Amino acid sequence: MLASYVPILVLFGVAFALALVLMTLSRIAGPYRPNKIKLDPYESGMDPVGQAKERYSIAFYLVAMEFIVFDLEVIFIYPWAVGFRDLGVGTFYAMVVFVVILFVGLFYTLRKGTLDWDMKSLKHQAMKL
Amino acid sequence: MNYLHDIQAFLPGVIIAFTGLITILLESLKRDVRTMYGVSAAGVLAALIAAILSSTSEGGTAFTDAIVYGGWSSFGQVIILIGTLFSILLSADYLKSKSLHFGEVYAMILFASLGMLVLAASNHLITLFLGIETMSVALYVLAGLMHYRKTGAEAALKYFLLGAFATGFLLFGIALIYGSTGEMTLTSVAAAASPTPLFLAGSGLLLTGIFFKIGAVPFHMWTPDVYEGTPTTLTGFMATSAKTASFVAFALILVRMVPETSYESWQSVIQVIAILTMIVGNVIALVQENVKRMLAYSSIAHAGYLLVGMASGGYSAVLFYLFAYTIMNLGAFGVIAYFERTKNFDFTSIESYAGLGSRAPLMGVLLSVFLFSLIGIPPFAGFMGKYYVFASAVQAGMIPLAVIGVLASAASVYYYLRVMVYLYFKPEHKPVHLEKASVLFTATLILLAASTLYFGIEPLVSVTDLFGFVTGISP
Repeated sequence: MLASYVPILVLFGVAFALALVLMTLSRIAGPYRPNKIKLDPYESGMDPVGQAKERYSIAFYLVAMEFIVFDLEVIFIYPWAVGFRDLGVGTFYAMVVFVVILFVGLFYTLRKGTLDWDMKSLKHQAMKL
Repeated sequence: MNYLHDIQAFLPGVIIAFTGLITILLESLKRDVRTMYGVSAAGVLAALIAAILSSTSEGGTAFTDAIVYGGWSSFGQVIILIGTLFSILLSADYLKSKSLHFGEVYAMILFASLGMLVLAASNHLITLFLGIETMSVALYVLAGLMHYRKTGAEAALKYFLLGAFATGFLLFGIALIYGSTGEMTLTSVAAAASPTPLFLAGSGLLLTGIFFKIGAVPFHMWTPDVYEGTPTTLTGFMATSAKTASFVAFALILVRMVPETSYESWQSVIQVIAILTMIVGNVIALVQENVKRMLAYSSIAHAGYLLVGMASGGYSAVLFYLFAYTIMNLGAFGVIAYFERTKNFDFTSIESYAGLGSRAPLMGVLLSVFLFSLIGIPPFAGFMGKYYVFASAVQAGMIPLAVIGVLASAASVYYYLRVMVYLYFKPEHKPVHLEKASVLFTATLILLAASTLYFGIEPLVSVTDLFGFVTGISP
């Protein structure tokens, strides 16, 4: 049974060798003029090195929560849409149920003020709790 | 595919899920906690009725063999829903006094309950995983409700981290089982399984995950800390419903998935774990000074007695024990929750219960009933539960297991009675002003105590009449 994995092993080998060859080639053939900014690790334009105890807005997490709602929606709807013709009408109702459940979650987070980034109103809500 | 049949087969779960969604909607629209309390209690009651009705039905599988229904799977759901219902009923007053009375609590209880129902109906390894995760994620949130306290934060973090590891083990086990058999449905796994190292490793990891969820030694370390930091009525929910769900899923795996060739090796593993769990749980409970930690270790010990039933194949005995355990343990946590409502006084240590038997006579009597039942003294339900479990061990020829169980259970008398000694035979330290319990709260506790007594007096007759299939000791 393990023999059937040999092609994957070969693929690993080829990928590794190719990466090695390409990197060596670009180092030999290309010009090499490094500076500080070029050598920085790339991290979405943020300063990659700094204090670990950095404070950032709680809104970050709230947006992440909304993101999960839409992310899940996409993950399930895409493959379903591709195979819809074979799957039949019944799956349509199942998908409606799924989207409604997700929508309830989205509605809840919106009503709780996830997109309400006004600091004053955030404080006001915190006081109410 | 017949959707109506599927929905009907999983009706309790569907009702619970629907109620959960309604609670979330209500919370976003109205923010009226009292309505949500009523709605969730009514939803659980409806689901309970649906589960009782389906437990007498013939049973079968639904959702392309992903779940089973009817028979003792549905009886497991009945127990889970009874636990959920009483936890909700007991929670309102307690949470209000702790300023934790949020609508989300009820939504989380309902979603946890949904996970448990899925777990108790799983006929497929993915359904099992899905149920465990739905249950656990909601319980992690409930464990962290008192996050402003050191113990609360510890409870949530510890439960989450250890739970995530356990889930990892479980999932890896499922992956290995799938790898070795190519099947995921429990019955097909049993048919396709051969005792290859891959399958055995997968089974071991799967067992580890389950042992973690039921809090068996040596995977019990999280229990005392989590139980201590969680709001008391929700601790009761965790200790009863969650445990019931895991045990029913465990029984489903043992009956449906374990191939006959390797059944004996599973049995010996469970025996060893049962002995360890009974001894360690009871011995450590002896030295606990904190009531909730004492009950946490006692719940470990009870998991041990239940494992005795699992090892000997007495699944009906296990189910009855789970039922008895649910009502008596919820009651005990309920009375503790009542005392904890007192302002400016900390009811965590056993000493703080000194002299309360005369200050709050009714609550004292109720707590004594629940503790006597937990000890396993007739005529309470706990005694019948223990009797069935140990009798099934004797019937299966596992005499040493039964002997160790009875001895461990005798040792447990000390730490339960100690609470009662403080209640009745020690002078009060300083008079505290006890809050009045609401009528509903008191009525719930009295109902729990009465059923503890009732199912201890005629367990067989009533259970057979009610559910029609828990007949005697044999599975």
